[in-house]
Amino acid sequence: MDIIYSLIPPGILSQIFVGLSRTTILFIVASGLSLILGVLRIPNVAHGSLYMIGAFTAFTVTKIFGEGQAAFWMALIIAPLFVALISLIAERGMFQFLYEREHLMLLLLTFAFSLVFGDLVKLVWGGEYKSVPVPAIFQGFVPLFGGLPFPIYNIFLLVAGPVVAVLLWLLTNKTKIGKIARAAAVDREMVGAVGINVSWVFAIVFVIGCLLAGLGGVLVAPTVSVTLGMDHNLIIEAFLIVIMGGLGNIWGAMLGALIFGITQSLGILVWPQFGIVFPYLAVVVVLLFRPTGLLKSTW
Amino acid sequence: MRKNTLLFLIAGIILLLLFPVFLPRFYVYLLSIILLYGLLATSLNIVLGYGGIFQFHHAVFYGVGAYGTALMLTKTAMPAILAFIVGPLVASALGFILGIICIRLSKLYFGMLQISLGSLVWAIVYRWYSFTGGDDGIHGIPIPEMLSSYIGAYYYTLIITAVCIFLIFKIINSPFGSALQGIRDNPVRSEMIGINVKRHQILALTIAGFFAGVAGSLFVVVDNTVFPDMLFWTLSLEILIMCLLGGWFSFMGPMLGAGVIVALRTFVSTYTVYWALVLGVLMIFVIFFLPNGILGYFEERFKKVFMGSEIKE
Repeated sequence: MDIIYSLIPPGILSQIFVGLSRTTILFIVASGLSLILGVLRIPNVAHGSLYMIGAFTAFTVTKIFGEGQAAFWMALIIAPLFVALISLIAERGMFQFLYEREHLMLLLLTFAFSLVFGDLVKLVWGGEYKSVPVPAIFQGFVPLFGGLPFPIYNIFLLVAGPVVAVLLWLLTNKTKIGKIARAAAVDREMVGAVGINVSWVFAIVFVIGCLLAGLGGVLVAPTVSVTLGMDHNLIIEAFLIVIMGGLGNIWGAMLGALIFGITQSLGILVWPQFGIVFPYLAVVVVLLFRPTGLLKSTW
Repeated sequence: MRKNTLLFLIAGIILLLLFPVFLPRFYVYLLSIILLYGLLATSLNIVLGYGGIFQFHHAVFYGVGAYGTALMLTKTAMPAILAFIVGPLVASALGFILGIICIRLSKLYFGMLQISLGSLVWAIVYRWYSFTGGDDGIHGIPIPEMLSSYIGAYYYTLIITAVCIFLIFKIINSPFGSALQGIRDNPVRSEMIGINVKRHQILALTIAGFFAGVAGSLFVVVDNTVFPDMLFWTLSLEILIMCLLGGWFSFMGPMLGAGVIVALRTFVSTYTVYWALVLGVLMIFVIFFLPNGILGYFEERFKKVFMGSEIKE
């Protein structure tokens, strides 16, 4: 350990890992986006709004259940399901009629949805800052990296990311629905021709993707102040991660999120004023050398 | 038919020239904003509707044009006219650079790389407090005496917009414009008959960047402020919405779309804070029922009527 500390001071290491735990949330949101983009080919701008709705729902649920131990876990279950319900209604009511349209139309349609969702959030929850308490068992710090305190909640986040990745991988590679979805991503007409109801497969994939956005919203809620407009920056970041990693590729999304998070936390250390510029720069460099993303995309 | 169009055009110009005489200050300001947004949307349509390029982040050129003009006016002692030229030139240079970088990618990837590069520019502007004023932007920009009154600003906007729209019309109907539309419809075939596809597209992006920059410099004249939100991606999507609403296969469509959206935003905002909700619902309606936009819909209708009468005869 001492060798590592002589190379990188523990303070910086600690900061990098805090940055990485934020990356986890980016990854969870981006993987949902990637799934939808890869299989349904919808550039879902409303994804960020669903993430915001997830965070606000987490606020309400923790409020209802009080400060008790169960509140956060209830939020972790209820909020993503609520977001999934919204997305199911939107998909069955609107999106399913427009799969044949070009990307630009779908982009604008989802943008229209993000405007509507944004204002509905304002209508329901109001414009004030909301805060969600860190659950009791994750409160406090543990000494890590040469004795520097490291927040326990961020350790939880660092574990949650890989768990979601593995679950998602199992879903797309080991289950029947995942295999059908991957086949439909390549050739949806052929999948329909062998007698599979592609429309419902798409609906399920869409709902799962949006559920991940809601999950990301719940996980981020205790670390930031929940507010309107939290979707605007996130959605662009999530899109860039997906594009950087390769459309529809979960591991690509993970790699993209890692690059994004690390460049961001290093950037802030090196040059605080322009820290937010570095991840964008990383995306540009990656796309210049690998125009279709780092890993293989589904289409 | 052509005579009628000309008549409408002249009537429209006379009306636009007379507006400040009888309209109150607020409406003149609103008209200026509509005109410059119309120019912005039309400049996007050069590449979007006629070029078939997914320019997702057009606002960045608008913002850079505005910032270029504003910075020239506040930080240097050069004549103001130079500022109004430099702003658009910087924007078109940026359009050229982004074009070279992005053009090798196709469709969605192009748009996404452009959004990331545009966000890079936005992040720099947003953070560079000492130079661009950061998230506050720049206020109280010194405007030449002649343009500082709202009527002066209106006439300036009107003249510049009219000239630019005329130029864009000429460009679209030039051989270059035809080649661009050919590329949109079939890039492979265009390449085969000897059109340099990439060079045409980059040139189109540069031209679009220039006119967006002009719109930005007009905003400086009308509003005397610049702020980083002018480069944010949500504005880009709003411009796309203007094009879609008016109809991006008609020349004046984006102008109409800009007029409808800016006017609607102003009037809806006086009644409710939920303007985005109204816009979103309107958008969903347009995408479902008017995929060719308002002008596109009417053109189709009239064509049908016209064709129908012809068949009868």
